[in-house]
Amino acid sequence: MVTRSPAVNRPRSIGRSVPKKDAAAKVTGAALYVDDLSPEGLLHGATVRSEIPAGRITRIEFDSAFDWSQVTIVDHRDIPGNNCIALIEYDQPALVENEIRHADEPILLLAHPDREKLQQALRAVKVHCEPLEAVLTMERSIACARLVHATDNVQKRFLIQRGDLEAGFARAHKIVEREYRVGHQEHLYIENNGVIARMEADGSLVVEGSLQCPYYVHKALMHLMGLPAEKVRVVQTVTGGGFGGKEEYPSMISAHAALLARKSGRPVKLIYDRMEDIAATTKRHPAIVRHRSGVTEEGELVAQDIDVIMDGGAYVTLSPVVLSRGILHAGGPYRCPNVRITGRAVATNTPPNGAFRGFGAPQTLFAAELHMDHLAESLGMDPLEIRRRNLYRLGDVTPTGQVLRESVSASECLEKAVKVSGYVKRRKALDAANRKALARPAGKGPRKVRGIGLSLVHHGAGFTGSGEVKLASIASLDLSPEGRPRALAASTEIGQGTVTIFSQMIGDALQVSHDLVEVAQPDTLRVPNSGPTVASRTCMVVGGLLSQAAADMRARLLEFDPRGWSDDRSFRKLALRHLKERGALRIDRQYQPPSGIEWNDDTYTGDAYGVFAWACNVIEVEVDLDTGDARPVEVVTANDVGKAIHPRLAEGQIEGGVSQALGWAILEELRWKDGRVWNQQLTNYIIPTSMDCPPMKVIVVENPYSGGPFGAKGVGELPMDGPAPAVVAAVRHATGQWMDEIPISPERLLEKLARLEEALT
Amino acid sequence: MRAALSRLRVVREPNLAMTARALEESAEGPRPLVPMAGGTDLFVYLNAGALPEQDYLDLWHLDELRGVIDTPGGVRIHALETFANLRRDPLVKRRYPALAEASSWVGARQIQNRATIAGNIANGSPAGDSLPVLLALDARIRLVRFSAPRDVGFDTFYTGYRTSVRHPSELIHSILLPWPLPGTRQYFRKVGTRLAQAISKVVIATTITVQKGRVTRARIALGSVAATVVRVPSAEDALLGEKLTPAAASEAARRLRESIHPIDDIRSTAAHRLRVAGRLVELAVADALR
Ligand SMILES: Cc1cc2nc3c(=O)[nH]c(=O)nc-3n(C[C@H](O)[C@H](O)[C@H](O)COP(=O)(O)OP(=O)(O)OC[C@H]3O[C@@H](n4cnc5c(N)ncnc54)[C@H](O)[C@@H]3O)c2cc1C
Repeated sequence: MVTRSPAVNRPRSIGRSVPKKDAAAKVTGAALYVDDLSPEGLLHGATVRSEIPAGRITRIEFDSAFDWSQVTIVDHRDIPGNNCIALIEYDQPALVENEIRHADEPILLLAHPDREKLQQALRAVKVHCEPLEAVLTMERSIACARLVHATDNVQKRFLIQRGDLEAGFARAHKIVEREYRVGHQEHLYIENNGVIARMEADGSLVVEGSLQCPYYVHKALMHLMGLPAEKVRVVQTVTGGGFGGKEEYPSMISAHAALLARKSGRPVKLIYDRMEDIAATTKRHPAIVRHRSGVTEEGELVAQDIDVIMDGGAYVTLSPVVLSRGILHAGGPYRCPNVRITGRAVATNTPPNGAFRGFGAPQTLFAAELHMDHLAESLGMDPLEIRRRNLYRLGDVTPTGQVLRESVSASECLEKAVKVSGYVKRRKALDAANRKALARPAGKGPRKVRGIGLSLVHHGAGFTGSGEVKLASIASLDLSPEGRPRALAASTEIGQGTVTIFSQMIGDALQVSHDLVEVAQPDTLRVPNSGPTVASRTCMVVGGLLSQAAADMRARLLEFDPRGWSDDRSFRKLALRHLKERGALRIDRQYQPPSGIEWNDDTYTGDAYGVFAWACNVIEVEVDLDTGDARPVEVVTANDVGKAIHPRLAEGQIEGGVSQALGWAILEELRWKDGRVWNQQLTNYIIPTSMDCPPMKVIVVENPYSGGPFGAKGVGELPMDGPAPAVVAAVRHATGQWMDEIPISPERLLEKLARLEEALT
Repeated sequence: MRAALSRLRVVREPNLAMTARALEESAEGPRPLVPMAGGTDLFVYLNAGALPEQDYLDLWHLDELRGVIDTPGGVRIHALETFANLRRDPLVKRRYPALAEASSWVGARQIQNRATIAGNIANGSPAGDSLPVLLALDARIRLVRFSAPRDVGFDTFYTGYRTSVRHPSELIHSILLPWPLPGTRQYFRKVGTRLAQAISKVVIATTITVQKGRVTRARIALGSVAATVVRVPSAEDALLGEKLTPAAASEAARRLRESIHPIDDIRSTAAHRLRVAGRLVELAVADALR
């Protein structure tokens, strides 16, 4: 593939869609995922889980007819350190001691050399319990039907205040109050959770697996196993997708594999099948968001009173951080002088909800965007117009008091998407067509109506508030023994393109081709802690550190030999000479906050994010009035990502994120039965197939950010934020019905439409 | 994979006669053989660990069970015909467009390459997409055992939820679809959980015969609204002797809603199914008008 043309000698790969580095190995099957690895003496592990959502264990029975001699059995007493998964709070046990707090909670671990015998062993264990009343909904949690967390079932609270709410409402011409609801969402990465753990002769622990955040697992294992940092090693294997689902959960499955490995003295592989993965691992937080806001006659937003409730599930896990991002986006991308935003994460007897692409923002932006439409309607104003009048512009101030100093593209994204989609004309044309379709009586053939809706969103880039400062990430660049520049970072390739864009950024900074650059496998023994692979921070934050390191390396090499290099070959020659004469060359770069950024965690004021990314989605939907099916038929999506390092990958992120958001809006609904997830299979947890995904026009807007490498702001989560409210707006346009709760299942939509028809006849 | 695959035995006999004999002989023993065609249903059950340990009898290589044959009484479709074949078979497309249409809605292309029509019938899920079509077309099922074949009307084939008159020692050999009467319009519509790889929430097939402007014969068959695929005679009667008008359609829909009793389950609700089923009957009538 590598052509020795002059173009390569004068490398410029940023902004070009170079071949994705990991693609060939993945499409040919050469890439080895964790389940492809089989170390000598391997045992297979499995987890005995609770079948009820709340209760106390009274007895555990092992069927005496089964041969237990070859089975390793682990319970909470086998934990050498603390029985908890160390994250924000240390409340979640690795294994239940007595009280069961959610269905499919891990109780016992089993390992056996034979996978099939292991399945039999699982069936030969019976956990007897005395059930307790289960708190399964947010409403029941708030009502304190039973206390499942602290004294009020609240895991975390936040408050953001700005201006004078009462004065704002006093100025309002219209005040609109509404409640919005969103449901769970399963990540459905292609590869389920899985790891292999082994103990080394020196007593150290090695865990390899499918994961996003090696250092999260590292920390959790130190606490659980009572081991010092240097005795725990975590290695990421080729990973088949994450979407946030492999942010915190791998700490749990790694803990289990580690305990089995320690007790058995053998390597243990623990891989979930789809049913176990859907039933037991994290989901997107369901939320109830209430808005009360006021607008003037001209459509100027003057007061926003917003209450956000998220279902944290049975343990705290990452809910405080998810809630934080949720409330920080709850007002939408609109200026409003008088704001109050309250947020609560409440505990229920359901598996903990966790990180998922967008991380709380899609939930609150869904409500914010729909509410803008309701406000527009109360004024008889077009949804486009009310947005034009209120959207953030340079110099505007957010509810936390952050002044938007640069890279503000709300207007640009909105106008581009509106123009490309022909929104204004199309809306009028559809109005006329729908009137005709609706006039047609049932029984005269299929009746379909169409609508078009839009949404505008922002997404804070990188960690919230002081998050990046506290993380103080380090990324390094060294020279490999072959004289290649080699990135050392904990950022994982999970399909999104980390390895490729790192290579591009380093290659360009060093003036070599991206092919020459190596990116080391994330392994806590070898790479520094550059933080988790989350929050759309990989490119902007870690990519930034690596670009700086590359610039430093370039300077150091030029200092060593001012004649420099003209191509990859001469770079390697020089690098090898450096290794020989001066020894290793390694540059470490640590995160420094951009100057002028200030955040106060106590008052929740200041610069919540260094910068925001922006997006506008215009979506046309067709509703079948006979079945209630709402199908997106066209999507136009404009996204300001600062700089698309790799345009094709950026578009891929956008298309994928939009598809995932369409699924959440229309199809995906977690069903529960007796407190357990009922639809645990791909046949009944319904995500869109390629047939269900409409054509998409992706517009990449590049409004650079001074604090990001080459201007980049991140793209991973942004596309998840906007499609759901645009779909609901389109359904409203098509049918006249507001669907303030998603998913807009055909069952719900048809019910509403039928009620209306019945009322009319 | 939750089933223990290493403990499964798959028996393969060289021809149909020997296969039928193996099945019949095993039926009396402690481990009756279970026929396996495309395996697209069986494999899902095995993966979920939902089947007891049992032995399988492979049918896939039996070309005697393949073919779509033109006969004086109609078209004979053999057991192993896949939905991929049926969706593009010229005879099926011309004479039984509803079956070609239904075949194109089964799973997606990959599944259609393995999924067989006999497997769909024998699996007996009330959501099986080909089943309402077979019912609306007055299909007859030929069952064979080593000793003798017998033909049964598809309308008497099922005896309850996933149970049928087929004895474990019998194979489904073929399906006879009588020639459609002149003036017959066929209709098929699947309302699934999404546009592909979807199990039906409601699926309908109808055949409506109109002579001299009046309906002389009607078959309305539905899947996913009862324990088995069902015909709805009361709704069919509403059309008989009538002109095809929206009024006749809505009367048929009304009667249909009174006669069926769908349930809430993992895929949909009773109320939704009832509503959609009624609309589909109206759409079928509107389609026949064209
Ligand atoms: C991803 C996926 C999507 C699917 N989508 C659909 C769909 O949209 N619509 C739909 O209707 N189905 C669907 N199915 C179900 C399945 O594909 C069909 O029911 C198919 O027709 C089964 O045929 P088979 O040959 O694969 O059956 P097998 O799995 O081989 O057998 C199914 C049953 O039939 C019995 N059997 C098979 N052949 C005979 C015979 N000749 N005589 C007696 N008994 C026999 C077997 O013993 C078994 O009990 C889907 C399945 C999958 C995995």
